[in-house]
Amino acid sequence: MSGVFLFLAAFLASAVEMVEALTIVLAIGVTRGWRSPLIGVGAATIVLAAIIAALGPALQLLPIDVLRLVVGALLLTFGLQWLRKAILRSSGYKPLHDEEEVFRAERSEAAAAPKEGRIGMDWYGFTIAFKGVLLEGLEVAFIVITFGSTQGRLGLAATGAGAALVVVATVGALVHAPLARVPENTIKFAVGLLLTTFGTFWAAEGAGVNWPGDELALLGLLGFLAALALLLVRLLRRERLALQTGQA
Amino acid sequence: MSVVRSFAAFWWDFIVGDDWRVAAGIACALALTAALTHNGLGAWWLLPLAVAFLLERSLHRAARQSA
Repeated sequence: MSGVFLFLAAFLASAVEMVEALTIVLAIGVTRGWRSPLIGVGAATIVLAAIIAALGPALQLLPIDVLRLVVGALLLTFGLQWLRKAILRSSGYKPLHDEEEVFRAERSEAAAAPKEGRIGMDWYGFTIAFKGVLLEGLEVAFIVITFGSTQGRLGLAATGAGAALVVVATVGALVHAPLARVPENTIKFAVGLLLTTFGTFWAAEGAGVNWPGDELALLGLLGFLAALALLLVRLLRRERLALQTGQA
Repeated sequence: MSVVRSFAAFWWDFIVGDDWRVAAGIACALALTAALTHNGLGAWWLLPLAVAFLLERSLHRAARQSA
């Protein structure tokens, strides 16, 4: 069961981050040409793969309880950030992520930037694409390393992330436009829930807890956190509407 | 120095994010869980409750700030 969750979390997190990276690369490619941004994408992918290949096996050398405590705590803190932002977006306190708007902004910035070609490269296009893919990809690398090493299934987590990369890149190449119809905010909500669930489970195990029902407790935790998150969305939404009505 | 500082700031922002109190609360809850467990008490319920409390408080603060 945890293998399915592991694959799903890596796939969804990777998909949603790759959609954001794709928007940046598309905006640069359409405006300034494809060669340099694609080299930037390739370079960033190599750096990310090297980070996963170096840190993943190194983490697996730690004793399992220490690994679960440290990685679980990190994952829990990181997952709560995703969940917190997703709840604030769903309740209207934070604007929803809009790929078309990001695409427009990136395009106008790319068009305004000077074209300085050295050794046949457009360095602006290379740098923006490299930075975009690396920064979006770091979150994916973090999830793959933490999930994969704690479960001892780094390969499965990397496959989930790789599958998402292939799907997003293929769809992006076919559609040739930002993937605005992907329900990014819902996916981020789901990933936040999965990261928080696994983080809680592993961190507590690392601290010496024996969960009732062992791995089945993951389902209970997921249900508890999902119900809590939905309740918080409702409460915050109601609070915001009451504030708006009071101000009007 | 500024390179070291920006490197640390990047990782702080990456892991801890907007609300350091959540990370501090998790550290305290884990320490308490470990203490209870090592004294033979079942403490599996503590961390989920702490997560619920910390998330609610953090969201409440964020909502109040943006209102």
